[in-house]
Amino acid sequence: MVPVVELNDIAHVYVTDREASLAVEGIQLKVDPGEFISLVGPSGCGKTTILSIIAGLLAPSKGTVSLNGKSVNGPSSEVGYMLQQDYLFPWRTIMDNALIGLELTERLSPESRSVVENLLKEMGLGESESLYPSQLSGGMRQRVALVRTLATDPGLLLLDEPFSALDYQTKLQLEDLIVETLKERGKTAILVTHDLSEAIAMSDRVILLNRNPGRVHRLFDIPGNIRAAQPFYARKEPGFNELFHEIWEEMQAIGKEGSQ
Amino acid sequence: MTSREEPSAAPSKGWLQDLYIRHMKLKRRRRSRVLTVQLSLLLLFFIWWEAAGRFKWIDVLLFSYPSKIFENIGKQAVSGELWGHLGVTVGETVVGFLLGTLVGTLLAVLIWWSPFLNKVLDPYMVVFNSMPKVALGPIFIVMFGAGFTAIVVTTLSITVIVTTLVVYNSFNEVDSNLIKVVRTFGGSKRQVFQRVVLPASYPAIVSTLKVNVGMAWVGVIVGEFLVAKSGLGYLIMYGFQVFNFTLVLSSLLIIAVVATAMYQIVVYIERKLLTHR
Repeated sequence: MVPVVELNDIAHVYVTDREASLAVEGIQLKVDPGEFISLVGPSGCGKTTILSIIAGLLAPSKGTVSLNGKSVNGPSSEVGYMLQQDYLFPWRTIMDNALIGLELTERLSPESRSVVENLLKEMGLGESESLYPSQLSGGMRQRVALVRTLATDPGLLLLDEPFSALDYQTKLQLEDLIVETLKERGKTAILVTHDLSEAIAMSDRVILLNRNPGRVHRLFDIPGNIRAAQPFYARKEPGFNELFHEIWEEMQAIGKEGSQ
Repeated sequence: MTSREEPSAAPSKGWLQDLYIRHMKLKRRRRSRVLTVQLSLLLLFFIWWEAAGRFKWIDVLLFSYPSKIFENIGKQAVSGELWGHLGVTVGETVVGFLLGTLVGTLLAVLIWWSPFLNKVLDPYMVVFNSMPKVALGPIFIVMFGAGFTAIVVTTLSITVIVTTLVVYNSFNEVDSNLIKVVRTFGGSKRQVFQRVVLPASYPAIVSTLKVNVGMAWVGVIVGEFLVAKSGLGYLIMYGFQVFNFTLVLSSLLIIAVVATAMYQIVVYIERKLLTHR
């Protein structure tokens, strides 16, 4: 089976006027089709850097990246990227915002348009098509951002803390919605998050990163019963709390190391 | 459940409606009060001016008075002399202000596109911007001849660089995450500009339009002072030379009215263009 994403000995250096600093080093990662993995770690461990490299927004200083076996050189329509906030264009209607990806990749047709229309309806946004982003709540806007990302039908979704700007209740609802939507469509996903319980509840594997520079510290496989449950209920599954504490302690240990 | 709520919902709705109506009424009353005071101030000023002129409290030769000014305007309007001058000046102003905004914006696009060019041009623009551009008027007259072109170019020298600086600044202040959205879909630099940077900068461009309405009038009137054989600036200059200050003030009054009208048109465009933000 060809992995969807393969990172081979990736290192990235940020060069500024003051210095050249190593952000991530020796990153080795394979993600299989249909898998949902999470990257967690203390701030400054290069989570977003890794996502940007996979998305083709950033060329790594060292190492190779491949998507479905082909090496990455620039953004491709195989990858969908969701940012911390919705970042909808305030001057476009909800429909036009959802269509932006198709427009940019020149795949806008009556058929693809009706696919997006249905997606909006599925997410409970059918009534909002001709409204503007400022007229919607935060959760609705992030759902539009999800539709925008799904509209171009990418095989791999990169989720860069997509719930961080939402209130707790909306966040729980969206976790369920995203996991459901992605599983249904057989998408592969990589989630970056600060929230350990979110990572455990949503993913099949959690990757804990070390910092200064970012490295893979440890991999955690999530037990089947937690994986099978919807994120909201996964939190109540046996084994969830134990796993949470195990990862939590590892993370604390990294924090201490880093501060020495 | 609905049947139990409905009777109580109906009167409460009426109660809300009352509050809303009262709010709107209050708002309307407040607005009409402001308008009343504004109009009476204007009226009072004209009455005082008229009286001061007629009773010789002020030097009529210098300050004239409203009825004389309106009579003058009326006479010129009837004889058709006014329309020619007005047409020339408004034409120059509109061309100067549209072209100034357009050229300034295009220059901003150019330096946004090429950071290298931006770095190279930066000191020149800053120096040129701080120069008294009006002083270049005589050079333009020699270059382009005493007429329409020289006046428009004088206007452009005032408006272009300021527009460029303001618009370029707004290009740079576009949220980088909006740009990232386009980039994640593999959008090109051209698409980034068309889909994000330009639409995000419409408010800044419209606000330079507003500033440029005023600037264009300065450029045109000064240009007409220097060269013209027609136009409102010429009328002011001519009035000054023959010591006919009624003519000078008539021209100023017309300029005030037309400039306000132009400004209102820009405000209208702004409202059309920038709904939903």
